[in-house]
Amino acid sequence: MMGDMTCGSCGSTDAVVHLTQIVNDEMSTHHLCEKCAAEKGLESAPQMQEQPLLDVLSKMTQESVAERDWGNDECSFCAMTYKDFKKTGRLGCPHCYETFGTALPALLRRIHGGSKHVGKVYLSPDPSASEMERRLEELRRRLERAVQTEDFERAAEIRDQINTLEPV
Amino acid sequence: MGLVNDFEAIPDHGLSWLEASGEHSDIVLSTRVRIARNLQGYAFGPRARVNDREAVLKQFKHSVERSDVLRGGALLEMPKVPERMRRILHERRLVTRDLLGEAGDDPAHGTAVHFSRREPVSVMVNEEDHLRVQSLLSGLRLHEAWDIVDRLDEELGRELPFAYHPEFGFLTSCPTNVGSGLRASVFMHLPGLVETREITAALKGITELGLTFRGLFGEGSDVVGSFFQISNQTTLGRTEEDLVDHLDRVVRKLIRDEAKARQVLIRDASAETEDKVWRAYGTLRYARLLSFDELMGFLAPVRMGMSLKLLPGLRVYSLNKMMVFTQLAHLEQAAGRELSIEESDAHRAAYVRRVLATEGEVSPSDDESRGDDQSAQP
Repeated sequence: MMGDMTCGSCGSTDAVVHLTQIVNDEMSTHHLCEKCAAEKGLESAPQMQEQPLLDVLSKMTQESVAERDWGNDECSFCAMTYKDFKKTGRLGCPHCYETFGTALPALLRRIHGGSKHVGKVYLSPDPSASEMERRLEELRRRLERAVQTEDFERAAEIRDQINTLEPV
Repeated sequence: MGLVNDFEAIPDHGLSWLEASGEHSDIVLSTRVRIARNLQGYAFGPRARVNDREAVLKQFKHSVERSDVLRGGALLEMPKVPERMRRILHERRLVTRDLLGEAGDDPAHGTAVHFSRREPVSVMVNEEDHLRVQSLLSGLRLHEAWDIVDRLDEELGRELPFAYHPEFGFLTSCPTNVGSGLRASVFMHLPGLVETREITAALKGITELGLTFRGLFGEGSDVVGSFFQISNQTTLGRTEEDLVDHLDRVVRKLIRDEAKARQVLIRDASAETEDKVWRAYGTLRYARLLSFDELMGFLAPVRMGMSLKLLPGLRVYSLNKMMVFTQLAHLEQAAGRELSIEESDAHRAAYVRRVLATEGEVSPSDDESRGDDQSAQP
């Protein structure tokens, strides 16, 4: 078994990290003590990430931007307040997105890098003309993609969906 | 549809993701795609009252009858499911911890999971979001999983009034899910990158690309045995297809890097690598007590050794199975009684020995000839 090994960095005899490096497909092994390995930023087990949302929320609070933007509003449907939200990181109901509508985009940009949905368009049972148009746009985009990826079964399905929506 | 009390009602007993059938199944165990959907007019899961939950479940049940994908499937209402079976569902990654209820308590009223009989897809009801539609597949099959989820979403969307906002998209309890509501994740085994210490840089790289990583059992779980779940971090501002494509590209790059690291290990450190693989195999083959974390630790080199063809006769499926059937609820189910920690370690070791003896016996002659080859080298 491996006996005492000398740390290649500081020369102490308790090297515990055995670093295998691959440079240009060639492997070399270095032995390091715990302290030197830590200094070089080498860890055997990667650290788990923190919960990003609560992180973002606490940062925003520090900047005290959040408090001002979110204000003392209470959701008229579920009685959620910003205080509740900050504690749990969860909104209370769909209506909260209206209640906190002015403050949310800043938070969403911090989390997602964007604040506008560009994916699937949901069509409510009684859709308005603009909803229909958005949905059709989405379906045409997806049709194009299905054809590009030669998923012709899917393309046919989407074409059917378009046909049922498009005014004759 | 009646009360479902055993796994017979669930297609493949919910284990098809273990079968090691998909692409790159020695490095990618499974692919999961889920979307979060909520219904208008009810508080989200954490704030929902009993009658909200009941109403959501009722509406969902109604939509099942009108869905080609879900009709004739199996609906399990969690409070009616026996406690051990609930934990087994969780160990098979079919329901989240949220659906199990607090320790010692029954699951919350109205929580349920519905399995389709036609497609590898299920729906959790009254989780953090009212509906979580998920597809769990073996190997790397992101586009296929998204396609399955997408089709069911279309069916459900025609029947149910989803909470949707023209600017924010599909509304969710947690703002980290809003927009597409889509979380795609790939369950990878990366021992080569861990062994060559390239993993930290690799994971740092993926977080810079808008992806995130977790341990074996999702959020907050530890990384054991070099198993990682890689998933998209953001859900808003990109189309579902873009999110899936992006993850697919990054995962394929990780697969190439992992394969390369393994080749380098076996080429430049063949004695050390083989030693590690065989020691781990020997321990699993003969140990009398194994904790779950210990098992995962030994499984990592064995799995890599099998992929490098050092352990002929072993199959990916046998090793995948070991990760699921050695968890506490599964061991208790097999024993027919509750097990203490010490007992479970013994049962776990016995199960592993039996699988290796019957499904993966590596003949000693192979071993000896390898040794001879080695000694012949300068």
